[in-house]
Amino acid sequence: MSTVAPANLDLPPENWWRSRTARRFRRHRLAMFGVVMIAVLTIACVLGPYVLPYDQLFIDLRARFAPPMTGGHIFGTDPLGRDVAARLFHAGRISLLVGFCAMLISIVIGTVIGVLSGYYGGRVDAALMRFTDAFLSFPSIFLLLALAAFIRPDPLMITVIIAVTTWMEVARIVSTEVRSLRERDFILAARMLGLSNRWIMFRELLPNAIGPIIVAATLTVARAILLEAYVSFLGYGIQPPLPSWGNMLNGAQQYLGSAPWLAIVPGIAITLAVTSFNFIGDGLRDALDARSDLS
Amino acid sequence: MLRYIVGRIGQSLVLLFLVSIIGYFVLLLAPGGPMSQFALTPGISKQDLDRIAEQMGLNRPIIVQYVDWLWHLLQGDWGASFRDNRPVLTVILDHLPATLLLMGSATAIAMTLGVWIGIMGAIRRYSIFDYAATVGAMIALSVPTFWFGLIAIYVFSLNLGWFPAGNMYTIGSGSVGDVLWHLVLPASVLALVDVAIWSRYMRTATLDVVNQDFIKTARAKGLSARRVLFKHVVGNALLPMITLAGLQVPALLGGALVTETVFTWPGMGRLFLDSLGYNDYPVVMGLLMFSAVLVLIGNLLADLISAFVDPRIRLA
Repeated sequence: MSTVAPANLDLPPENWWRSRTARRFRRHRLAMFGVVMIAVLTIACVLGPYVLPYDQLFIDLRARFAPPMTGGHIFGTDPLGRDVAARLFHAGRISLLVGFCAMLISIVIGTVIGVLSGYYGGRVDAALMRFTDAFLSFPSIFLLLALAAFIRPDPLMITVIIAVTTWMEVARIVSTEVRSLRERDFILAARMLGLSNRWIMFRELLPNAIGPIIVAATLTVARAILLEAYVSFLGYGIQPPLPSWGNMLNGAQQYLGSAPWLAIVPGIAITLAVTSFNFIGDGLRDALDARSDLS
Repeated sequence: MLRYIVGRIGQSLVLLFLVSIIGYFVLLLAPGGPMSQFALTPGISKQDLDRIAEQMGLNRPIIVQYVDWLWHLLQGDWGASFRDNRPVLTVILDHLPATLLLMGSATAIAMTLGVWIGIMGAIRRYSIFDYAATVGAMIALSVPTFWFGLIAIYVFSLNLGWFPAGNMYTIGSGSVGDVLWHLVLPASVLALVDVAIWSRYMRTATLDVVNQDFIKTARAKGLSARRVLFKHVVGNALLPMITLAGLQVPALLGGALVTETVFTWPGMGRLFLDSLGYNDYPVVMGLLMFSAVLVLIGNLLADLISAFVDPRIRLA
């Protein structure tokens, strides 16, 4: 039925780049900083290891604890004499990928639960939202660690359990959004056309709730990167020799006095990545909110 | 009011029941299970493992185990630690004061600083201070707490030598002043995220109040700007903050876990990590439940107190 396109209507072609939303986003200075920063970090992590002279796993015990900017080690070396810069970029690949994939899973779980509860309302809503509340009653790090400690700690499982502890906010946001859209005329029209519940939920309601979901997705990437850093720092996340920003900090505390760069460098990488995603999320929120044009 | 209170407590109990199901099944269904610790013993035979499972009731159907566990839990019997066989509840309560002290001090710091920053940001809206506070808050929310702890130790403990790098007291001392001296760094580190959140909420709340009619009335009466601000604006803006204090419990507990680890602070968070290291299921499970109880109490108190001070909520 969507094939009957009103071809002769004189509507301007939709150009996202020129839309008001996009313009508002581009004017958001912090969000643009975030976009540039994420681009730089991603490129550095993808290309960095090819450019640097040292392999991330190359152990050189004569060069242990070399300070930054000595012997071709931009960020120094670690207790095994491995190049911190090479490890940082490899770790970035893993941390960013885990964060991004965890977000995808988390958004899928949260969206499905949110749409179901918002659309059906009543008992389904009550049951699903109490379930969500129950998950929110655990401090997420406690739940995450409990899960991480008793599973096989490979990147895939870490990604899944991070998603399992971050979907709740998305579910709440989507549920509220769908509940308010449900009573609108176009949904009534869809019902009268006899469309199935599934079609209405995922083809009619979901596209209209996409704004808040995108904002939540961006902020969830930030949270997921942070959570990966926490579990890996505490020793239950990504396991060495595979590097991640979190597990690079794992042994850093004992060398704080003699080799502070081991703590400073990965920490700055995490903070930059997380801050950037938070800035982008904030910018998107402002850009998608049509009211912000008025103020 | 009584009806509201009873209803609200009932809701919390239902949630607690759900929490217990999730916690229990998540842990038991995880591969390995409680028996994995015993299976590590070199040379242990299949018969021995079966006997241990039998003695601990781990060979029964999972539903039966859950009901049995919940029944004992309700009677105050939280099981015994795999590590030293002490009752779980006693172990947890031993570690509770240190965590409460840390969380309480962090909240006090966060409230004082956050409220002040929030008010200043709101009355000087779009000033350099406001802009810096906004960006600063977003960065503070993005810094991993443990990393901030490491940096704080590096600067204030290793380089400046102002504060100790860890532990709760000097061995052999343990006076109040000594504990406070050890408390400064971890409490400040834990407070960072909270300062950011409090300042954001306080700014919004203040701006909301400033635009309301009764403030215009107060101004029109000719009250001084100072008096309007402190008596009318701040008082009303603080009201929604009560709820915030209760809702911050999960984040604070999570933050306390990493802060305690970095600063070797003998609280519940460290206990949790140590117990994970020992595969000490009863204590891990007990702490999961206990932290959920604290979170639910926080939410409950927040709702009850705001209903108490704001009649619009309890009558709605």
